[in-house]
Amino acid sequence: MSAGTIRGFLLGDAQAARVVPPSGFTANLTLFASGAMAFLAVFALALSLASGRLADRWASELARSATLRINAPLDQRTAQTNAALTILRQTPGIASARALSAEEQAALLAPWFGADLPVDTLPVPQLIEVVEDEIGYDPAGLRLRLSAEVPGAILDDHSRWRKPLVDAATSLRRLALVSVLLIAGAMAAMITLAANAALAANRQVIEVLRLVGARDRYIAQAFVRRFTLRALIGAGVGMVAGVLGVALLPAASDEGGFLTGLGFQGTTWLLPLVIPPLGALVAFLATWYAARRRLGELS
Amino acid sequence: MINLDSVGYSYGGGDLLTDISLRLAPGSFHFLTGPSGSGKTTLLKLCYGALMPTRGQVSLFDADLRKLDRDQMALMRRRIGVVHQDCRFLDHLPLSDNIALPLTVSGRDRALEAENLSELMQWVGLSARADALPPELSGGERQRAALARAVIMSPDVIIADEPTGNVDWEMSQRLLTLLIELNRMGKAVLVASHDLALIRAAKSQVQARVLRISNRHLQLAGADL
Ligand SMILES: Nc1ncnc2c1ncn2[C@@H]1O[C@H](COP(=O)(O)OP(=O)(O)OP(=O)(O)O)[C@@H](O)[C@H]1O
Ligand SMILES: [Mg+2]
Repeated sequence: MSAGTIRGFLLGDAQAARVVPPSGFTANLTLFASGAMAFLAVFALALSLASGRLADRWASELARSATLRINAPLDQRTAQTNAALTILRQTPGIASARALSAEEQAALLAPWFGADLPVDTLPVPQLIEVVEDEIGYDPAGLRLRLSAEVPGAILDDHSRWRKPLVDAATSLRRLALVSVLLIAGAMAAMITLAANAALAANRQVIEVLRLVGARDRYIAQAFVRRFTLRALIGAGVGMVAGVLGVALLPAASDEGGFLTGLGFQGTTWLLPLVIPPLGALVAFLATWYAARRRLGELS
Repeated sequence: MINLDSVGYSYGGGDLLTDISLRLAPGSFHFLTGPSGSGKTTLLKLCYGALMPTRGQVSLFDADLRKLDRDQMALMRRRIGVVHQDCRFLDHLPLSDNIALPLTVSGRDRALEAENLSELMQWVGLSARADALPPELSGGERQRAALARAVIMSPDVIIADEPTGNVDWEMSQRLLTLLIELNRMGKAVLVASHDLALIRAAKSQVQARVLRISNRHLQLAGADL
């Protein structure tokens, strides 16, 4: 396949495409297959983007993932908090430790209790944000020391349950990407089948074309052009349907977590636009390959 | 231009043709006769490269047929206009497109040839049928269309298999006149035909050699023709 072939394909006269009769069933098969595959590809793409975002977010939260809760009566809270902060600052592997201010805690609670909550008058635990350094600390040792010196302290080490989630999100993303490849492969297989059926059904046409001096390249081009255009149209419709489906999902929100996050964000809405050209490319290569092989057999 | 040198052919059973030598030179006019089933169509196919000889050598325009790849073969076909016994067309295209098909597949600009095309269609009496689909045509109309398609590229060689099998005497004279005219322009013509009256008519107008397949061999026909 040379540059000339591709140029000929793109600019080639419409007359060339007409020498092959429009055939019903292979045309519909190609349209349907590429439409369905483009539809699925949109979802696989959305899934891959969403799981990627999730993995990134969880991974970045992992870096500063521990919280220390001080559950103490109001009068002891400040003392215990200071004691805990002292311990944390002495612990190797901890980069920093900081008690959340009353405003920050109120902000965390606001979604549940409203904005004007008098946090300091309520028995709300004091939160301390613990940020690890590169090496990390030993949670068991820290717990032991805290339990001796700060009885109300509870260490909430997110990393233990987040780590498998990050792994899961990462593999979900990998699976989604593999799905995109499988979809392309299945589409290529179906279009190859359809193209072979069309070539077989048009055996007589090919004979006549050969008799009047048509080259294989010309005959192949007539078929390739047909199938590529059909795949482009089919994939375009499938892509639009898929994007509409994704757009109609409930809007993304933090509370909904993963499920409502299954969409495109910002410029990634443009990403599905590459699906129809890619589908057309797959059809182009599949038909080209099928035609060259078939024409070689028919000599 | 086309040379057969001691060519033999067999479809797998016994030999159908043996030791056939034939030279189609520019400006030559040959008729080919012989009983049905004697191998006329087979010999024509050997001449335009649709069949490979099982023995001997065929060369088209000084190139050994065996050494041509498919692309080169396609280019050879454009220099040889062929009328088949069972004239095949693209049934989904109107007649005018079918007759212009050799121009289309060789990338010629049809607009430039439009005058040629309409003149040719008029000559074979098919102007009124330009938009008809091939399956709607009569046997004779198909043969005229096939001849028009064979000559539209103005090929160096014209090979026709029973081109007048289905047409009336007047039309067969017209087609013959077309072939003779092309022959006078220097093209080599080879026509397989049973039609002795046609052959006689031709011999009165051009220097035509009449060949006969008899007993697997090619002979010059007797003086009665
Ligand atoms: N593709 C083929 N495979 C096997 N045998 C064939 C094939 N084509 C033709 N034959 C046989 O070869 C012989 C010669 O056929 P051919 O068509 O050359 O005869 P012909 O002289 O053109 O006859 P007609 O005047 O009836 O057209 C016939 O016996 C035919 O049955
Ligand atoms: Mg015959």
